[in-house]
Amino acid sequence: MPDTVLTRRQMLEGSAAALAAAGLEGIWPRLAQAAAKPVTVGFIYVGPRNDYGWNQSHAVAAKKVAKLEGVKLIEQENVPETVEAEKVMESMIRQDGAGVVFATSFGYWPSVLKLAPKHPGVLFTHIGALWKDGDPKNTIGYRGYMEEPHYLCGVAAGHLSKSRKLGFIGSKPLYFIFNNANGFILGARSVNPAITCQVVITGDWNNPVREAEVTNSLIDQGVDVIVANVDSAKVVIENAERRGIMSCGYHTDVSELAPKGFLTGAEWNWAAGAQFVKAWQTGGAYPNLLRGGFRQDMVAISPFGKAVPPEVRTKVQALRQAFVDDSLKLYKGPLKDNEGNVILKDGQVIANDDNKFKLAVNFLVEGAIGKTGLKK
Amino acid sequence: MRIGAWAETAAISAAALLSSLALFGVFVALRGLDPLEVYATLFHGAFGTRFSLEHTLTQSAPLMLTALCTALPARAGLLVIGGEGALVIGGVMTVLVGVSLAGAPAPLAIAAMCAAGALGGGLWVGAAGALRHWRGVNETISTLLLNYIAIAVMNHLVTGPIRDFAQVLKPASWPIGPAFMIGEMPGTSIHWGLAFGVAACLGTWVLMRHTTFGFAVDILGGNARAARMAGLPIGVLILVTSILGGAAAGLAGAIEIIAVHGFASASLAVGYGYTGILVAFLARQNPLAVIVVAILLGGISASGGLLQRRFGLPDAATLVLQGLLFVAVLAANTLAGRFRIFRPRTA
Repeated sequence: MPDTVLTRRQMLEGSAAALAAAGLEGIWPRLAQAAAKPVTVGFIYVGPRNDYGWNQSHAVAAKKVAKLEGVKLIEQENVPETVEAEKVMESMIRQDGAGVVFATSFGYWPSVLKLAPKHPGVLFTHIGALWKDGDPKNTIGYRGYMEEPHYLCGVAAGHLSKSRKLGFIGSKPLYFIFNNANGFILGARSVNPAITCQVVITGDWNNPVREAEVTNSLIDQGVDVIVANVDSAKVVIENAERRGIMSCGYHTDVSELAPKGFLTGAEWNWAAGAQFVKAWQTGGAYPNLLRGGFRQDMVAISPFGKAVPPEVRTKVQALRQAFVDDSLKLYKGPLKDNEGNVILKDGQVIANDDNKFKLAVNFLVEGAIGKTGLKK
Repeated sequence: MRIGAWAETAAISAAALLSSLALFGVFVALRGLDPLEVYATLFHGAFGTRFSLEHTLTQSAPLMLTALCTALPARAGLLVIGGEGALVIGGVMTVLVGVSLAGAPAPLAIAAMCAAGALGGGLWVGAAGALRHWRGVNETISTLLLNYIAIAVMNHLVTGPIRDFAQVLKPASWPIGPAFMIGEMPGTSIHWGLAFGVAACLGTWVLMRHTTFGFAVDILGGNARAARMAGLPIGVLILVTSILGGAAAGLAGAIEIIAVHGFASASLAVGYGYTGILVAFLARQNPLAVIVVAILLGGISASGGLLQRRFGLPDAATLVLQGLLFVAVLAANTLAGRFRIFRPRTA
């Protein structure tokens, strides 16, 4: 794959251009063909839209959705996960005539389930991929496999780390956080098996003070590449930059926070939800549950920072392509957890879309220093 | 004389409301928007349609209860800002009782859960009252810090001892189950919390206005030394007002559980306790005025979404309006007693 595929400009213009340039079949070109009925699309966010994190990743997608033909975008930020979420969504439907509502926080799901039967003409999308049989047909759950871009971040970190010590700061002890940590570590150790990674779980989605403390303590221990799975990694990345170590992003493009030490980052591509809007406009079919990684164009990596030399960029791009082609599997044997238990035997391979395995991940792979904090 | 006092309060409050709206108009005009259009949208989003009115009332329900947590002890001269913590503890207690009563008759369990929530909140703020009376600990600081402790206790419980592992994405407690949920008032989309809030405010008003207890509390709040000289049981008054205030906020927590969430999680601590302080001050600690002010602030936050969506104003715009309102009311309060027309003729 040519190196130009992921130039900064193209990344900013959206994955559509990048995918088209690579000759891949993305969802965007197909979307552009169908006739479009006017629709108002509402996005609600649990925090501020410019948080350099979770909410921003959705706001970026909202801007892309707004570019679709016939779409009018309305947005509301700082909507708590209480009865207020329900009222705000209903207000968008009744007072603004919204036809599609993007509920972009986990805790909105009960409100979605309550509203959906009352408004059968409205399509509700939610980012938890919590949909199960029996739930309303006008609700959708979708979510990307973020462990795949974390693997690529790990590869970049593995090439550039001098101390061979990495740091991973996690928020909650949840399966997807463990998957991301494992992806990051597996990626780094695919480059150099001597690499270790300190894994610290803060316990909070958002606790900047603790995140800053953990960052400093990790740096003091010799960690020279850090990634943080928290609502907004801003504090961690700025701290890392100030102290002269490297960092990888999470959620959205945060490269501007660390002009020197930024490598790349794991990004959601929530704009994949544009297909649901299009389905509403054309009366077409849509899945109720959608999970995917690079292959399904539901995740991305941030533009490379200047610390990443061309040969590493090329390697990372090639591995990205391997995820797209499904020739690279994240979990494959022989694999042990960091307590020495055998997770996968030699020759055992887990498919990248094996949700049953991935949702049950409650371990950290070999090379991780730290505990999940779960009772087993 | 009473009519004059009421007229003065109403005139001052109206002046404060209008001047804060005028200042907000300047604020939006600076952003290049038409203030009249923004006012119209504010009104439309808060009270203009049946839906928006229901939205407003839903917003105001917890505020009435958390406002009492500040307003009641304030009558005894205490500045309690622990509504957030009491609400959280009340919610946790509600879940504990609800889960352990699984299978019991629903009305009984619901009554027990409400009582547990009120008890939890009451003891929480009551502890601050006791520390104040017997140990001289400043109740403002202690209730503020107790908020953090309450949230930490809840986070500990929902991530450990009472965690429901079926909820994978968000640490939450076991659910109390749909049988124990009280839901919405018939024919509306407003949950029962509103009825509890209004009843609590009316009950507090009766207590403060028509009982010797309320009279004694007002004396204590007006002049602690005079109250002591008169032989009033100061410790009891402080403790009871703190417990009742905490119980109101604890009840708000119980209602969040039995009417909205069904389980305890970080969503209990979303700031109702802090907005309640604002409501109590705007209402000048008067329980009846709390109802009106809670609805007003509920309306502002209900219409805040419309301001975001129609005008692209940031979410903070509603905070600006709330802040202006707060400052205007405090400033206007200094005018009390300065206008001759409101004074009784006999003097």
